[in-house]
Amino acid sequence: METRGARIGLRIWTIGALLFLWIPLLIIMVYAFDRSSIQTWPITQWTLHWFSAAWEDPGVRSSLWLSVKCGLLATGVALVLGSMAAFAISRFRFFGRESISFLLLLPIALPGIITGMALNSFYVFAGVPFSLLSIVIGHATFCVVVVYNNVLARLRRTSPSIVEASMDLGADGWQTFRYVLWPTVATALVAGGLLAFALSFDEVIVTTFTAGAQTTLPIFILDHIQRGQDLPIVNAVVFAVILLTVIPVLISVRLTRDTGVIRRR
Amino acid sequence: MVDSALEAPGAGSSLRRARLWLSATFWRHRWVRLAVLLLPPVLAFLVVYVGALGSLFVSAFWAVDAFTGKIIHVWNLDNFRDLFGSGGTYLRIAGRTIGIAAAVTALDAIIAFPLAYYMARVAKPRMRTLLLVAILLPLWSSYLVRIYAWRTILGHDGALNWLLNKVGIGDVDLLYTNWGMLIVFTYIWLPFMVIPVYAALERIPDNFLEASADLGAKAWRTFRSVLLPLALPGIVAGSIFTFSLTLGDFITPLLVGGGKNNFIGNVVEDYIGVNSNIPFAAAFATIPVLVMALYLIIARRLGAFEAL
Amino acid sequence: MKRKWRRVAGLGAGIALVGATAFLAAGCGGGGGNAETRTTVSGLPQSIGKGEGALNLIEWPYYSDPAFAKPFEQQTGCKIKRKDAGSSNQMVALMRTGGGGGGGEYDMVSASGDASLRLIAGGDVRPVNVDLIPSWKDFLPILQSPPHNTVGGVHYGVSLQWGPNVLLYDPNKITPAPKTWSPIYDAKYKGQISIPNNPIQIADAALYLSSTKPDLGIKDPYELTQKQFDATIDLLKQQKPLVKLYWVYDTDARSAFANGDVSLAAAWPVDTLNLQKKDVPVGETTPAKVTGWADTWMIAKRAPHPNCAYLWMKYVSTPKVQAQQALIFGETPANPKACPIMNQMEAGSCSRYHLDEPDAYYNSIKFWKTPVADCGNGEKNCIDYNEWQKAWTQITG
Repeated sequence: METRGARIGLRIWTIGALLFLWIPLLIIMVYAFDRSSIQTWPITQWTLHWFSAAWEDPGVRSSLWLSVKCGLLATGVALVLGSMAAFAISRFRFFGRESISFLLLLPIALPGIITGMALNSFYVFAGVPFSLLSIVIGHATFCVVVVYNNVLARLRRTSPSIVEASMDLGADGWQTFRYVLWPTVATALVAGGLLAFALSFDEVIVTTFTAGAQTTLPIFILDHIQRGQDLPIVNAVVFAVILLTVIPVLISVRLTRDTGVIRRR
Repeated sequence: MVDSALEAPGAGSSLRRARLWLSATFWRHRWVRLAVLLLPPVLAFLVVYVGALGSLFVSAFWAVDAFTGKIIHVWNLDNFRDLFGSGGTYLRIAGRTIGIAAAVTALDAIIAFPLAYYMARVAKPRMRTLLLVAILLPLWSSYLVRIYAWRTILGHDGALNWLLNKVGIGDVDLLYTNWGMLIVFTYIWLPFMVIPVYAALERIPDNFLEASADLGAKAWRTFRSVLLPLALPGIVAGSIFTFSLTLGDFITPLLVGGGKNNFIGNVVEDYIGVNSNIPFAAAFATIPVLVMALYLIIARRLGAFEAL
Repeated sequence: MKRKWRRVAGLGAGIALVGATAFLAAGCGGGGGNAETRTTVSGLPQSIGKGEGALNLIEWPYYSDPAFAKPFEQQTGCKIKRKDAGSSNQMVALMRTGGGGGGGEYDMVSASGDASLRLIAGGDVRPVNVDLIPSWKDFLPILQSPPHNTVGGVHYGVSLQWGPNVLLYDPNKITPAPKTWSPIYDAKYKGQISIPNNPIQIADAALYLSSTKPDLGIKDPYELTQKQFDATIDLLKQQKPLVKLYWVYDTDARSAFANGDVSLAAAWPVDTLNLQKKDVPVGETTPAKVTGWADTWMIAKRAPHPNCAYLWMKYVSTPKVQAQQALIFGETPANPKACPIMNQMEAGSCSRYHLDEPDAYYNSIKFWKTPVADCGNGEKNCIDYNEWQKAWTQITG
C-alpha cells in the first residue's frame, strides 16, 4: 500500500528511533563494567567487581524484594478494583458516571509529587504508619487506572449481549463469568497487570513520600546516585533487571498482540 | 428466562439453585450489581485519594510559622500573592515547565508516529513482536539510571561530543540546559506515546485506506484526511501521559538540569523540606492541577478517552 | 435537557462531597501538623541504660560505614538501620514526617549546621547530656558548644565531624592558581563554575562581600540586615549567568569536573580526593575566609531506642572511630586526639584535614548556622531562613 520510498523511509526512521531508545540502555549496561565510580567517557578500566558487590550487598536484595512485593500487592489490588470499576462504567449508565471516570484518571494525570504530598499528609492525619501498606496504597492509586483503562477498552469492543446470551442458555452468574466474561478480558487483565507492575516497580516520586524508612529498588538507586562511591552497583543491578525482564515482557506482548480487530494481512 | 432454568431437569443441586437465585437477583435489580461493582473502588478512592487531595489544597489557604514549620490555620491568600509576585520567579518556573512539557509532547508525537505506523501496518507479525518488546523493555529498567546515563552522553567530554568531533562538527553544550532536559524528557516518555498511537493505528481497517485511494486521494491526502483523524485519539491519549509526566517531574531537572532550570516539582519538593512549607507548595501545585484539568477536558473532546 | 441537569447535579454533588471530605480532614488537624513542642526540658538521663537492640539513623552516606559500625553492633547489640539523605532539606523533612520528632521511627540524625537549628526550633530533637560522652571534653573548643547545636546552654547533640568549603579548580585552565574566591564571581570564567545549590550559600557570598565591600559592615555572614542581604543577593544574581551547575549532591560537582563541564567548583576536600584518585587534574585552595559545615549527631524527640543512640554517640566520638570516619568520608574530626591515629592510617592526613591548627584557625571558620531574625544585635531585624530560601529560589529559578 505504501510506496517503496515510504517504506524505506519508515524503516530508517524506525531504526533511528530504536537506536535513540536503546543507546542509553546500552551505556548503562556497558558502564556496569567500568572500574571508576565517576562516570566519564570513555571507559578506561574494566572490571567485574560491581556485579559481585551488588550480589553481596544486602541492600540490593532487600530493596529488590520489597519492590517485587509492593508491585505484586499493588497490581493485585489494581486488578480487582480496576476491573470492577471498568465493568461498572462500561455496562451502566448512572448519575455521576462521567465524574467517576474522570476521578479514576486523576492519579496518573496529576503530577506524582501531588499524590505523594497528599498521601503523606493523609497518613499523618489518619495515623497510618509508614509500612508496606502505605507504599502499596500509594502505588495502587495509579495502578488501578492502568488496569481500568485496559479492561475498559476491551469491554468497549465486546458486545454486552453476550452476557444475556449466556444467561439465555441457562448459565448462572458464576458460569457466565467463568466461561464467557473471563476469556474476553483475560488478556486485557494480563496486559494491564504487567504495565501496572512495571509502573509500580519503577516508581520513585510517590514512594519517597510514602515509604518512611523503607527502601524500594528505585529509592535504593536514588541513594546510590547520591553516594557516588558505589554508583556502578546500580548499573550492575539494572543490567540484571533488563536481562531478567525480557521473558515476561515477551510473553505479555505475545498474549496481547491479537487485539481482536478487523484488519491485517 | 432464568426461572425456567430453575425448573429445568438437572438443576437440582442446592448450590446451583443458590447461584441461580443470586444471578437472578443481580439481573433483576441492576443497581445492586452496580453498587457491588462500584462501591469498593469508588469508596477507596474518595476516602483516601480525594480526601487527601482536598486537605492538601485547603492548606494552600493557610500559612506556616517561619521557623518551627507548624501550620497556622489562618485563612489568607498570601501564598497566592507570593506566587504571582516575587519578581515573577514562580511564573517563570511554571512557564518553563509548561513550555517544555508541550515541546516534549510535540517531539514525542513526531518521533512516535512513523515508528508506530511502521509497527502497526508495515512490519511482519514477528518483527512487530520484537519491536513491541524493544519499546516496552526500557520501561522496566530504572528511569533514574536511564536519565543518569544521559550525563555521560551529553557531558562536555561525553559520548555525543566525542562523536561530533569525530565527524568534524565541534562541541555542543547541552548538559545542564533546557535543551538537554528536552532531549532527556523526550527520550524517557517516548514508549508512553508509541503504545497508544500504535494501538490506534492498528485498529484502522485496511479497506479504509484502500477506499480512500479508490476515491482518488494521493498518499498525503489520505494521510491528512483519513489516517491522521483516526489516529488522533491515540496521539492525544499518549500526549496525556507525556504532558502530565513532564509537568510533574522533578528528577530530570534535578539530575540533568543543573539546578538553574527548575520545574514546578523541584520548588514544591524544596518547600516541603524547608520549614515544611506545605501551604506554599500546595499553592504552587494548583498550577499543574489546573493545567492538567484543562488538558484533560480538551483531550476528552478529542476522543482520547476512547483510545487510552 | 433533563440529562444535562442531571450531569450538573452530579458534578455539584461531587464537588460538595470532595469539599466536605476536605473540610472534615482539614478541620480535624490535618495538613502535616507536627508534634507539640514541650516547653519544659524533661530530666536528662544520668547514665546510659542497656541497649535496645536496634538503632535507626538518618545520616550522610558512609556515616555508619560497616568498617566501624560492625564492631559497634557486635559490642552493643544495637543493629543499625540507615537511611541516607542527600541534602539537609531532606533530613529535616524526614525528621518531620509521621508527626515530627522522627515519627517514632528514627532515632538519630547527623544534621549539619544549616538544619540543626530548624530541628531544635521545631521540637524534633531532644536535649542531650554531654557528660555521658567522655570524649566530649577532648573536642575542639569551638565544637563543644557551638551555636548551631547549643541553645541557651542546652546541648541538643554532640558534634561529630566538620569540613571547610573549599575551591576546586582545573590547573590546566585556571592559571595562576586562585588564592581567594574571586574567580567564581569573575565573568572571565562564564559557564565554567559550579556552586552548591543550598540557600546557605548566601553566607559565602556575604563573606566574600565582607572583604570586597567592607563599608557594608558585614561581620557575621549569617546575620545580615536588609541592606547587607540585598547587596549579597545582587552579587549572586550577577553570578547566575556564570554558573554552569548548582550542585545538589557533591558527587554531581565531581562528575561535572571530571566530564570537563566545569573548571571551578565550590566543593569539599573529599571531592578533591576522589578526583585525584581518578587522575583528573584538580587543585584545591582554602581561601583565607571560608565557611564550614559541621555535623552533629542529634537524638530524635520520639526516638524509640535512646540508649543505643547514646551508645552510638559515645562510640563515634572516640579517637579511633573519629579517625576512621574522617578518612572514609573525607572530613575532619571534632576530636583532636584522632590526629596521631589518622597519621598512622594515612601519613600526613592530620595536617591535610587541618586537625592540627591553632585555635585561631578554627575560630576564623564561619560554621553554618540557620539564620534567624533575632540575631543578637538587639534589633531583631536580621533576615531569617525563610527569606533566604525564597531569595535563593528566585536566584536559581
